Parts: sequence; C-alpha cells; structure tokens
Amino acid sequence: MSLQFIQEPLDKTAPRVVPAQSVTLNVNGQDRTIQIAPWTSLLDALREYLDLTGTKKGCDHGQCGACTVLVDGKRINSCLALATVYQGKKIQTIEGLGTEDNLSPLQQAFVDHDAFQCGYCTPGQICSAQGLINEGRCKTEDEVREHMSGNLCRCGAYTNILSAVMEVLHDGEAVVDNGVLITVPVASTKASSVE
Amino acid sequence: MSQTIATPPTVRLDSDVIGKPINRTDGPAKVSGAAKYAAEFGVTGPLWYGYIVNSPVAKGKITKIHADEVLAIPGVQQVFSHENVPSFAWFDRSYKDDVAPGGSPFRPLHEPEIMFSLQPVALVVADTFELARYAASVLRIEYEVEKHNTDLESVIDEAYDAPKGKTGFMPPPKPKGDMDKAYQEAPHKIAGEYIHHAQHQNPMEMFATTVDWLGDGKKMKIYDKTQGAPNVQQYLMKIFSLSSDEARVISKFTGGGFGSGLRPQYQVFLAVMAALELEHSVRVVMTRTQMFSFGHRPHTLQKLRIASDDLGHIQALEHKALAETSQFENATETVVNWTGILYNSPNTNFDYQLSKIDVFTPLDMRAPGAATGNFASESAIDELSYKAGKDPLDFRLLNYTYSDPTENKPFTSKRLDDCYHEGAARFGWDQRNPEPRSMRDEKGMLVGWGVAAGCWDASMQKAAAKAVLSADGHLTVSSATNDQGAGTYVIMTQMAAQTLGLPMQQVTFSLGDTNMPAAPVQGGSWTANSVGAAVKDACQEVGKKLLKLAQKMDDSPLAGVDFEDAQFVDGHIRANEDITRSVAIADILAASGEDKIEADGKAGPNPINQLKYSMHSHNAVFVEVKVDEDLGTIHVTRVVNAVAAGRIMNPKTARSQVLGGTVWGLSMAMMEETYLNNELGRYMNHNYAEYHIPVNADIHKIDVIFVEEEDDIASPIGVKGVGEIGMLGVTAAIANAVYHATGKRVRELPLTSDKLL
Ligand code: FES
Ligand code: FES
Repeated sequence: MSLQFIQEPLDKTAPRVVPAQSVTLNVNGQDRTIQIAPWTSLLDALREYLDLTGTKKGCDHGQCGACTVLVDGKRINSCLALATVYQGKKIQTIEGLGTEDNLSPLQQAFVDHDAFQCGYCTPGQICSAQGLINEGRCKTEDEVREHMSGNLCRCGAYTNILSAVMEVLHDGEAVVDNGVLITVPVASTKASSVE
Repeated sequence: MSQTIATPPTVRLDSDVIGKPINRTDGPAKVSGAAKYAAEFGVTGPLWYGYIVNSPVAKGKITKIHADEVLAIPGVQQVFSHENVPSFAWFDRSYKDDVAPGGSPFRPLHEPEIMFSLQPVALVVADTFELARYAASVLRIEYEVEKHNTDLESVIDEAYDAPKGKTGFMPPPKPKGDMDKAYQEAPHKIAGEYIHHAQHQNPMEMFATTVDWLGDGKKMKIYDKTQGAPNVQQYLMKIFSLSSDEARVISKFTGGGFGSGLRPQYQVFLAVMAALELEHSVRVVMTRTQMFSFGHRPHTLQKLRIASDDLGHIQALEHKALAETSQFENATETVVNWTGILYNSPNTNFDYQLSKIDVFTPLDMRAPGAATGNFASESAIDELSYKAGKDPLDFRLLNYTYSDPTENKPFTSKRLDDCYHEGAARFGWDQRNPEPRSMRDEKGMLVGWGVAAGCWDASMQKAAAKAVLSADGHLTVSSATNDQGAGTYVIMTQMAAQTLGLPMQQVTFSLGDTNMPAAPVQGGSWTANSVGAAVKDACQEVGKKLLKLAQKMDDSPLAGVDFEDAQFVDGHIRANEDITRSVAIADILAASGEDKIEADGKAGPNPINQLKYSMHSHNAVFVEVKVDEDLGTIHVTRVVNAVAAGRIMNPKTARSQVLGGTVWGLSMAMMEETYLNNELGRYMNHNYAEYHIPVNADIHKIDVIFVEEEDDIASPIGVKGVGEIGMLGVTAAIANAVYHATGKRVRELPLTSDKLL
C-alpha cells in the first residue's frame, strides 16, 4: 500500500511578481543603481547585478561568514541583508580593500602567511578581520580566534589566518604561538631548520 | 635508521626554487576577490537562472508535477522534469565518469522513480535568480510514497563482498596463518567495534555551473565547479553527444572539493541540459542543503581483534569493515588494508563488505577509506599497547615493518621511524606519565597525550602538459589539472621555472580548461607527482630545442654539448663541465628568429619499475587534549604532525595542506556527523549551523614536521603528495589522548561530550 505525499507550495495563490525597483547602492565609494526585486539580498545584488563577485556565498543563511562585507566600517553577513535597506550606507567589499596589484596590508599578510587554500572563504575572512581591526577591542591570540570564529574555513587555514590578522593588528610586532614548521632533510635525521 | 632504496635524484640545477617556501602565485587574485569561481563568470548575452527542486521523500514515484501553475508566472522560462527532459544517451556507460564506482550511475530527471531523499526532481529556469527561487518554491509535486530503508544496521545480514571496479580500490589482503587460534592463545588481546556515521565533504563553495551559450551551433563554455574539467567534459560529451569543441569545460578556481568534485555533480548535467534545450546561457547553483544530496563519507561499522605475545609483538590481527552503499552503485573504499601495511603479524584476517540502503551513493572524502580504517586500527593498537604494558609509541616502534606485509614487497621509501622520533622529540613525549588519568594542568583539567600513525598511497596517473616559450622570454605552461587549494598553481610554476632556469616572474602556469593537455582529476594526492612530472617533461623538451638552436649559433660555446651535460640556470644554458661555456636563453631566442618554442610533455606510472615495490607516504601524530570532566568538554591544545611524503616542492603550501588535514582529522574526531533520520530517510542537519566543523577558536597549536625522503621510484620527481596524509593519524591520536586523559575508550565518532559523561 503506497502513501500519497504532496510537496505543497509555500504560497498557494498564483503569485503576481512584484516589479523590479530601482535601488542605488554606494559600493567602494561609487553610487551604482540597479533594478532588482525588493527581496534581493545585498549578497546577490553584489554578485549577480553589480558583478562584484569577490564577496562569496557559502550558505546563504548567515552561518558561514563567506559573504562578510563592511557597512559603514562594520562587518555584516550580506546574505542576511536586503539590498534595498542599505541604500545611503557606505558598503565596502573585498574589491574595495585593495586590488591584485595593490594589496592592502591585510591582504598581503594573508598571502605571506598562506592564510587560505581554496580561497573561497578568504574575502569574507579578510573583511571580517578588517572589521575586527576597526572595532579595536581584540588584542590577544585568544580574542582574535574568538572574534574570527564567525568565518568558517573548510580548508582549515585557521592557524595561518590567526598569524596574518595578528601581524596587521600589531604592526608586525606580534609573536604568535600557533605552531612551527620543521624540515628534516634527506641526508640527516636531525632537524636542521626551524622557521 | 631510515631506509631509502632510491638512487639519488639527478640534481643538475642550482637555481633552486623547488623546495622553497614561495607564496602562491594565485594568492593576490584570491585575496583581492579577482579569482573567479564557477558561478562568477559573465556570459555573452543575457543569463537565465536555474533553481533545483529536490524530493522530500526517500523512496517512491512522482505521480504529478503541476508545472503549468509555475509556467504561468511571467519571467519563468521552463520547468524541466522527467516529463519533458528528452532521453539522451541510452547506456549506463555513457553516464559513467572516470572515477565512477561499479553499478548504474544516477541520471538526473530521467524517470519518475525516487531513490533517495533530496533527489533532484525538477529545474525551474527563469530570468532572474530571485524569480527562479520563488517559482521553485511554489512548484507543486505529487508523489506515491514507498517504504524506504536507510538503516545500515538492519541490513547487516545482506552484506556482500565489495566488488572491484573503481579506480584505486584495493580489495582486502589475503588472510595469513590461523587468526582464531593465534588470537585465542595470545596472552594480550583486545577486540573492539568502531563506528562513524555519514559525513559530508561540504567545501565552502557550493556546486555551481555557468553555461555560456555561444550561439554557434551547440558551442558552449561550461564553467563548472569540479576537481577535474576533463572528467566533466567526457561525461557531458557522452551523454549529450557533443564534440570537445562544443563542450569546453573551464574550472580556474575551485572553492574546495575534498572528493565531492571528483565526479560530475547533477547541477552540471542540469545546466547543460537546460542550455541545450533553451539555446540560452544558464547558471545553476546548489544551495547548502543540496550539498547534502550527493555523496558522503559512508557510515561504516568496523571490528578489530589484535593480540600480542608477552614481549609485545603482534601475533594476530583482524580488521573487518561493513560500509553502506546506494541501491544503484557499489561505492568502494580501501579501508582495512592500511592496518596490514603498517603492522606485521603472522596471522591475519581482513574483510570489507557493503550493504545497500536508500541513500545516494557514497563518494570519496579526504583520505577516503584510510581515514575510516585508520581511526579504528590506531585506536585498537593503542588499546593493545596498554594491555601489553608498553608505551604506545614503543609498541608501535616494536611492531615497525620495513616492508609491506600485505604484498611482501619493499617500500620505495619509508621514514615513519624518523617521523616517530622527530615528532616525539618536538612534542616532549618522554615527559609523559603512562598512567591514564595521571596528568592535570594548573587549572585541574585532565591532560591526555596520544599518538597514532597514518599511511596513504603514493600514486601516479597519466598526465600531460604543454610549454610555450615566447620570443620575449616568457614561459607559459598549461595542463587541464585543478587547484582546489592544494597549491598546484605555485608548485607547477616552480617546477617549470626550475627546469628551464628562469625566474618565477617569467613563468605562468595555467590550468582548468579542457583546451589544455589532459590531466587526471585532482584527488588521491597524485597531482603534484603526475602533473609535476608532465610539466618537467614539457619544459625539458623546450630545453632540448633551445640547446639545438644555441648550437646553430655562430661559434656556439655549447657546440657538442649533450642535453644531459647541460644545465639551465639563471636564464642561461651552460655546459656542466665548464660553466663559462654559456649562452643566454634570450640571445638564443633572438638569434633563432622564432616567435615561440613549444613542446608537449607527458608522464605516467612506470609499472615495470614500480610493481616490485609498495609505495606509500606515512605520518606520526602526537596530540595533547585537555578534558573538563564536569562538562565533558575536550580541547585539543597541541598537535605535532610529522609527515614523510618524499620531497616537498613548497614547504609553505605543503604545510598548509597538513594543517588543513590536521583540522580535518580533528573535525572527524570531535564534530562531524550527518544525522540520518531513518523514519524520514533523510539527513537532518543539512546546513552549516547544524553540521559542525571547527571554527578558529577550536584550533590551537599545530607543529608540522616534514621528514624528507629520496624516492625516484614512486615518482620521477621524488614527490609523494600531501593532500591526504596530513589527515591520517589525527583522529585516532585524539581518541587515544582522550583515553589517556580520562581512562575512557570511545569507539564511536564523533567524540562529543555526551560520550564522556
Ligand atoms: S553566505 Fe552569508 S553567512 Fe554564509
Ligand atoms: S581557504 Fe578554502 S575554505 Fe578557507
């Protein structure tokens, strides 16, 4: 005996599509006007309408931090934000922090410390770290770890992310105790170089 | 006391970039947001969006799809389902990709039958993403529901021997001696059952395909998230009867894969199908929930029995595993063999079986099989060491093997012993009190120290590359390989730069396009070895041509010098015997009048040489945990991961691989579990909030040690790969440390606090 199951629509009435509206966003110092449905997220507005694909989508539910951008200097999850609400605010994305040829100190620190692998969480990590630095309340390793914990990294680059953030936070003066690399060369069985 | 069989590799060059900790060449693109992933490419003309609808039932049949209601919404272009998707290729083999297991591959939107929960049942295509998502949410579908079974433990009786058929799968080793008798008679013995549940790869980037419809016949540029563009192209060509020109697959950046991108996933089928049917550019991106709808590390039940004599020598060793698979394919992993490779025993028994349940086919997930078997066997070995009254590290060294007992072959190289010694020294293992529950920190937390070893294959696949040296002296090397974060971009640039003695800035390595020479999927830790050797070969061929051209120059100082006797250093070719006999590569190019010099290169396994040997990478992992007994919380405060994996091409990126592997091992030990509700036949925690992986605050100090090996048998460039090995040992070492801290042996993952209370 088989059962019947109906996958019901979320909304039964035949929907009428709300027309797209004109929305002006100030992103990385530029005003840009787009035509979008009112329920378009800030993340989708950036990625699909403004061709600013540096901001990533990892979950679309505020769970991973890949979509982190700065609004008036504070970090937010852009997947949980409706684009239209952010008119008149200063939105900064990874593209606004620095470019390939002219990296910001934080971006350069991420490269130098190999603080990423696949790179997909990276723009979110960097924007989040920039937000953390702007907030100015984290100083120690443990504080940074804690306040960077809204940004998942499936590649597991966490120790290197910590090193990169600490370096910029303390102008290159921080000593971070999160592990070393030792190479034992072929010729000997003794450790010869510690970095 | 390290054992190396290999003859020393010929190092002819001294402008060394190989082995240096060089920053990723793709780093600036990744940190600035310029790196483009599959869902981020622009198309020619307007783009439509596809949104996938999945089945809420685990088994049954679709009886009606009310597509007309959705098609009435302005801006909705089409609703694809089994009702209107034309049949493409007929035979199963057309749907088989390079790494498909045996069986009958899943065909999306092919028939009304439902075989697993979250099976894709429709694709709604609309003008915008917002509209496609909305339209998909109002699509009404009727099902006839049948009784499913997703409970592996209920079908243990139906288990069958895992069939061969999948690339890389090794059936269990043959038994030796008399296991039962030896176990019975041995003075020290343990027996245990080990369990882990389904786990999902969950790379950060969700699966996505952007099809750029070029409007010239069926020509498409297919930007796909994959670990292997050529594998996806073959799959699409067979199913849709396309030429390689029509189905050009591009994958420049891959936001993690960990195995999930080895096989083409259903969004690429759906996007290409829709583009062909609508003759239009289409983008399809999965949701995080849909990332739980195809493939996972299989739920596996394991049993081990190990016994030793009075001195601590292992006399009996038995490792059995039973894993789930789907109703339609036989997903196989090498689970039990590793135990037999790491430890010698005169009496052994190995077994590996499958049972079918109503889920999607399991799929390789970082260190597939080995991570499963390693947790169980390294926990069991640890337990036996206590029974035999030995230190867990001493016990492992006592049972160290210099050849592979499962195949009776020597290893091409194995410095696991040095990993143990260097790792123990760095960790301070000699300060360990052997008694469980004997160590506490200043805050009164229980402290536990654990050790475990790991083992993975050093393997090589066929790969090809092309090198083009242009008149301005810039070298461009390409191969259709992948970089899911492994560092392929930078290490291949190093390989090319070193081979021709050019500065790194003068070399570009590009990948991820089926217009480039073919390469295997990125998996199994074989990319550095296989593609690296192909890149070297291509560059050497260019080098040979350059030398010939140099010798045609008037009064060439290199006249009569063979390629083998020449070196490529600092932009010059020089005679080994007299380096003052030298010509600048720029001068050769200028004198030749050629606008470019190009050559193809290839590499592949060398069975004649390699069949006599067993080829493996190894590691030894030391872990400190702190346990709060009142709360049952565990913190991993310190890890030392010592890895022997041949030569390390770039210690910076290789270290990252091992750091990532360590985080994965910790994650498997303490967090990862996809809850399968057998009533609903459905994974319940299908999102990042409920599927737990570590965050920054969970990860503390990780030391990485590379014990380098010389090995030109396993690899012509001496490389074994580090993608998987770093994960091994970690999970068991944590479980062993938890035992040392608490006296509790937990045999079911993950090690959540409820299991300690
Ligand atoms: S995409 Fe916004 S938090 Fe994951
Ligand atoms: S670098 Fe891959 S997810 Fe963080």
